[in-house]
Amino acid sequence: MARQMTGAEIVLKALADQGVEYIFGYPGGAVLPIYDEIFQQEKIKHILVRQEGGALHAAEGYARSTGKVGVALVTSGPGATNAVTGLTDALLDSIPVVCLTGQVPTHLIGNDAFQECDTVGITRPCTKHNWLVKNVNDLARTLHEAFQIARSGRPGPVVVDIPKDVQFGTGNYVGPSNIVHKTYKPKVKPDQGPVRQAVELIASAKKPIFYTGGGVINSGPKASQLLRELVRLTGYPITSTLMGLGAYPGSDKQWLGMLGMHGTYEANMAMHDCDVMVAVGARFDDRITGRLDAFSPGSKKIHIDIDPSSINKNVQVDIPVVGDVAYVLEDMLRTWKSLAPQVDKAALKSWWKEIDGWRAKRSLAYKASKDVIMPQYACQRLYELTKDRDTYITTEVGQHQMWAAQFYHFDEPNRWMTSGGLGTMGYGLPAAIGAQLAHPKSLVIDIAGDASILMNIQECSTAVQFNLPVKVFILNNEYMGMVRQWQQLLHGNRLSHSYTESLPDFVKLAEAYGWKGMRCDHPSDLDDAIREMIAFKGPVLFDCRVAKLANCFPMIPSGKAHNEMLLGEEVSDEEVGRAIGKEGKVLV
Amino acid sequence: MTTPNAQTHYSGPAVRQDAVSRTLSVLVDNEPGVLARVIGLFTARGYNIDSLTVTETEHEKHLSRITIVTRGTPSVIQQIKHQLERMVPVHRVHDLTVEGKAVERELALVKVAGKGDKRIEALRLAEIFRAQVIDTSIEHFVFEITGKPSKIETFINIMTELGLVEVSRSGIAAIGRGPQGM
Ligand SMILES: Cc1ncc(C[n+]2csc(CCOP(=O)(O)OP(=O)(O)O)c2C)c(N)n1
Repeated sequence: MARQMTGAEIVLKALADQGVEYIFGYPGGAVLPIYDEIFQQEKIKHILVRQEGGALHAAEGYARSTGKVGVALVTSGPGATNAVTGLTDALLDSIPVVCLTGQVPTHLIGNDAFQECDTVGITRPCTKHNWLVKNVNDLARTLHEAFQIARSGRPGPVVVDIPKDVQFGTGNYVGPSNIVHKTYKPKVKPDQGPVRQAVELIASAKKPIFYTGGGVINSGPKASQLLRELVRLTGYPITSTLMGLGAYPGSDKQWLGMLGMHGTYEANMAMHDCDVMVAVGARFDDRITGRLDAFSPGSKKIHIDIDPSSINKNVQVDIPVVGDVAYVLEDMLRTWKSLAPQVDKAALKSWWKEIDGWRAKRSLAYKASKDVIMPQYACQRLYELTKDRDTYITTEVGQHQMWAAQFYHFDEPNRWMTSGGLGTMGYGLPAAIGAQLAHPKSLVIDIAGDASILMNIQECSTAVQFNLPVKVFILNNEYMGMVRQWQQLLHGNRLSHSYTESLPDFVKLAEAYGWKGMRCDHPSDLDDAIREMIAFKGPVLFDCRVAKLANCFPMIPSGKAHNEMLLGEEVSDEEVGRAIGKEGKVLV
Repeated sequence: MTTPNAQTHYSGPAVRQDAVSRTLSVLVDNEPGVLARVIGLFTARGYNIDSLTVTETEHEKHLSRITIVTRGTPSVIQQIKHQLERMVPVHRVHDLTVEGKAVERELALVKVAGKGDKRIEALRLAEIFRAQVIDTSIEHFVFEITGKPSKIETFINIMTELGLVEVSRSGIAAIGRGPQGM
């Protein structure tokens, strides 16, 4: 039933009907009518960030930790352009986000009006879809479509650009039911032919591996459950990308750890030597495959993905299965149970023996120290002291992110939020704010680097205003560690601008924002300090002084294959300097 | 023509595949920005466009048909198809070259200026190509020619010698043979 409302009312009504609890936003001239509407209602809570970039990452953190759509609201011009990084981040990691942008009134569009920018033009390549709504009667429908497109199929960010006159204008409201999109109908249920072929191939494997990714998380908790069931039923080893951590328990014995550039030796070697690879919701990204022509040369590959364009993009596969991971796994399990295949137990046993040999290399080992806190040790202690709690972890980008992925183990999906595809420094603090809002009683920790944390440090204010007790655990090495590591590897250790001079005093900075500031620089004090951080009721900025020059290992140098890994304990600094050849140097 | 496998930024002994030419017919909702979206996809992902035409074909249903002639290795062509298919306003994508025996036509307007024998020869050849004169003075003709792109190409090449001034081409319109639609 159509009801007359103003455009701004339509926005709030549509959000409410979509079940939105929080909007992360920042006001400005072109969104004032919507802000006025926000002021006059109580259903939806507006979280005022301190920069629009923060709003987008907070929406991502909220979305990733709940499986719901995150919502951001920004003004025209600079508000919209500040949102671009977060939109791109959400696109690359397939995070459902709806971003509403204000726009100058329709009659001024194209006039270089004050705070005008071509928002739909700028955001076209960094959204799943976007709309400029020129007629208030199209607004409700467009908003409902926006939510539908953001969350269905392969999720992603969308932008709805709303000119100010449309917000003031009066038009019809329609509810979300019965809105069926004309063209957009992603295929979620798989064809049974490939499902059966996949099951048969899996059953016949002698050296199998499951390689899983963020798609399992995006598919929802059921997908993780089904994955666990299938993996346990087969007894096969499993690894995952950075984005997929938590879909399978990190403490399980079939778990090989993360794979890829900084993945474990056993995971990468098993990928290289396997005879059947089952890719589930993962996209064969270059951080995973290393050198493509040497990627798992002897294996038959099954690829389960909801996005047909991900299949055969980087790696040719033998059995593509297009569909939502949960549906596909459900069908595979059913087929598996009805065929009741006999796996080759003897082959599997010797495969596990081989894997145990690789495990024995202890590729994550590092030189322990009694005098300085090793960053790996800090992550380990943080894990040990928080693992029995209800914890959510976010990260910034750099070495600390990789150490967090290596040493913090996740037993549940949606507990780990990191910027994988885009690698956006400044993601972690706002993402933690989004996650904390969704889970007010939980412990939310941003594992950060000293450089990254400064990129969105202003969001400390947001945490205070909304009583969000997030913890920021800075592995402070005074360097942009990951940049320094690459300079050591590639550029003769000439550390061009990777030392973060003039760092702030993080304790004072924390206090200036109204946070608790802490510092720890000795391994023997670390446990107590972490306990103190956890016990504190409000937000804490923890300046953990770690070894300055530690490198993140193991590592597949750029341009090398999975079986050409560098292991931390075995290589000298000179070898590190020589590890990447001429061809690898041009790569990122 | 062979191009190295462009799907990876990891160099290495490239997997070489021959590039092929394909005509894709894309049925889209005629919403604002849809052409920019399609073109943006091609530039962002480094695909080729040899020819592109677009117009609304069914007004009531707001449908447009975009005909794209592109070139790439078979795996790139498959990617292009999938990438187009996942765009929200895209209804369907058909590879007319692979689905067989599509009809392809193009229209060109060709301006030729000259006097004397060259002028007479231009007119004689135009007749052979079934090109029509749609504008003329005592020193020029504008010919309208329709046909397969290869025919138009040949006609333009010949006219180059006979005083070709300029050419405007419509790009390719293509449609599958037989009673079914796409
Ligand atoms: C917005 C942005 N700018 C630049 C980079 C490139 N970059 C990747 S890691 C890194 C250094 C991060 O340093 P820090 O946060 O101190 O973490 P560490 O590597 O020392 O753990 C930089 C500059 C990036 N990923 N994101």
